[in-house]
Amino acid sequence: MKTNGGAALIKSLELEGVEVIFGLPGGAILPVYDPIIDSPIRHILVRHEQGAGHMAEGYAHATGRPGVAMVTSGPAATNIVTPLADAYMDSVPLVVITGQVGTAGIGTDAFQEVDTVGMTRSITKHNELVTRAEDIPRVIREAFHIATTGRPGPVLVDIPKDIVDPTNPNSAMDWYWPDSVDLAGYNPQMEGDPALIEAAARLILASERPVLYAGGGILKARAAEALTALAELVDIPVVTTLMGRGGIPDDHPLCLGMPGMHGNYTAVMSMQESDLLIALGSRFDDRVTGKLAEFAPHARIIHVDIDPAELGKVRRPDVGITGDCRLVIEELINAIKIFGTETQPDRSSWRSTLSGWQEKYPLTYEQSQTGELLKPQFVLEQLRDNTPDDCIVASGVGQHQMWTAQYWKFNHPYTWINSGGLGTMGFAVPAAIGAKVGRPDRMVWAVDGDGCFQMTAQELVTAASERIPVKIAILNNAYLGMVRQWQEMFYEERYSEVYLSPDLPDYKMWAEAMGCVGMRVESPEDVLPAIQRANEIDDRPVVIDFRTDAREKVFPMVPAGKSNSDIVVGE
Amino acid sequence: MNTNPTEVRHHILSVLVENKPGVLARVSGLFARRAYNIYSLAVAPTNDPSVSRISIVVDVESAPLEQITKQLDKLINVLVIEELAPADAVQRELLIATVSVTTSGHDAFRSTLGTFSAQVLQESGDSFIVSLEDTPERLDVFASFLGSHHLAAIERTGRVALPRLG
Repeated sequence: MKTNGGAALIKSLELEGVEVIFGLPGGAILPVYDPIIDSPIRHILVRHEQGAGHMAEGYAHATGRPGVAMVTSGPAATNIVTPLADAYMDSVPLVVITGQVGTAGIGTDAFQEVDTVGMTRSITKHNELVTRAEDIPRVIREAFHIATTGRPGPVLVDIPKDIVDPTNPNSAMDWYWPDSVDLAGYNPQMEGDPALIEAAARLILASERPVLYAGGGILKARAAEALTALAELVDIPVVTTLMGRGGIPDDHPLCLGMPGMHGNYTAVMSMQESDLLIALGSRFDDRVTGKLAEFAPHARIIHVDIDPAELGKVRRPDVGITGDCRLVIEELINAIKIFGTETQPDRSSWRSTLSGWQEKYPLTYEQSQTGELLKPQFVLEQLRDNTPDDCIVASGVGQHQMWTAQYWKFNHPYTWINSGGLGTMGFAVPAAIGAKVGRPDRMVWAVDGDGCFQMTAQELVTAASERIPVKIAILNNAYLGMVRQWQEMFYEERYSEVYLSPDLPDYKMWAEAMGCVGMRVESPEDVLPAIQRANEIDDRPVVIDFRTDAREKVFPMVPAGKSNSDIVVGE
Repeated sequence: MNTNPTEVRHHILSVLVENKPGVLARVSGLFARRAYNIYSLAVAPTNDPSVSRISIVVDVESAPLEQITKQLDKLINVLVIEELAPADAVQRELLIATVSVTTSGHDAFRSTLGTFSAQVLQESGDSFIVSLEDTPERLDVFASFLGSHHLAAIERTGRVALPRLG
């Protein structure tokens, strides 16, 4: 069948099962936008290309399916660089299609030309400049395969205008769809080595103070149920990292919550004092280990990761297993069952140490006095307790993100969407929109900071016009809060360029101008009614401007560069 | 500063890659990003024209080398990576140089070239373009010999290497 590159591109996306594209057209990608009119694929017109990328990420986090974004060349490609880097750091499966100037113009500094593949090489799992129309179906097929298998990640496909423009002879091609993907240099290892799994099982069964250290890989591998089964089989507590929250339900008795720089005391100290850390889909990030030389000094390490480059990158494992987390955990469970769990040492003193810490060092904050601004933790508790248990929560980056990770109860996997590795301010609003598009059956809240909100709020126009009813809670403390916290603690309260203002902009009016319902809440008794009102609105986005206390800091805290054992519980 | 190219800290990576545009940039970019200096580099297609071999001599300790090898292996276009210890590899480089030699020294110069098995590619008056293909160590010696004359230009290729037999 004769076709052209543009039609073939859309057809290829349809065959990959794409249901939605987040994008914004422009010169070089124009020919591809024409066949979209006749395609069953939904297109969501964003207001800024960064929004398209983060929406695709939110969609991928919530559904487990690859997010797809499509933008034009030049400035559109540079605008989507941040989401690509974000997805690369957090292993989010994305396929991003960028337009490019025609093949004859490449390298001539043509209008809206940038070297997109050169620019994104180090922040994509793979990228490719397609130069012939007949390569499009194969490259798209490969892009989805690479993005979604092994360690997931973003793949960028850069497409010159002439090969997709039906009026250009360069776009002519015969339609085909490859039966399979043939990539000689790409063969992710899924199953763990049985000898290593047996060695890991023996270490686990002999350990006295073990901790399961569950990271984002648990969720990427859809291994949450397997993780819970393993924890219960061997009766070992679990910490869930910022990217792994929800990997085991927070209300599970074995769940210790989040470790790391702003982790709770028990989660942090359990790792420090453990004699065996079983790292599953986690990468010993500096925000988790604190000062590396003093991290978990007595612990042996079992490290399971789909990416062999993670094994030994930061901390050398005693047993390193390359493989898919779900498959390896299931194999571990089988091995442990064969050995039997009866021989495990008595861990009652370890358990009582942990429960003693939990009792002694719970997360705490002081309620606001009459006339004072809201406590952000109070707002989060109210939101947590008055939304469905399977509500999806997205956040930006900063204090509000840490409080949400601390105070929310993630009792379901795939309900927590945030920017962990790159720490991208402005992530929340578009990520929440993408999540809601992928899971229209779920309630989706974004918890955002006032600084973050100002970076990507324009996407609420997208949400309003597309009738995507996300709900945004701005914890508005009028500051770049986390920076303020560091200036207060480490720069002698010299506040440099962190004040934003509580009412410039007027968030309520801004929300209304964007087609949303806008509310402002200043006193504790108004928090719940506002949340309840927001929960009932299902035909447009809602923004609530919660006026919160800027003096409030995130605790516990392991100061940067310090050992986890130097954790500061509070003021 | 260590300028001896045959120092033991050098490792040779012999990398088979798909012969496509941009692949060399991907490979070299990984080294650049981690601030590892590539000491020398040689790239050419193999007997299979869809596959090229990149021979990289890199100056790193063994632990980061393991990490960079793993990262290289993650590149979709990288097919096979072999790390060659210098002792286990047959290595060759090519050197060409333009040298001026006073007329009275021509005979001695030619005689020394003979002991190196170096060739004269071109000569004009007192100027010679000479070449030598040999091990990196022998090239070092040859280069210092040339340096005792008036050396107008010198160029060395990157190192190519294959595993020793047996």
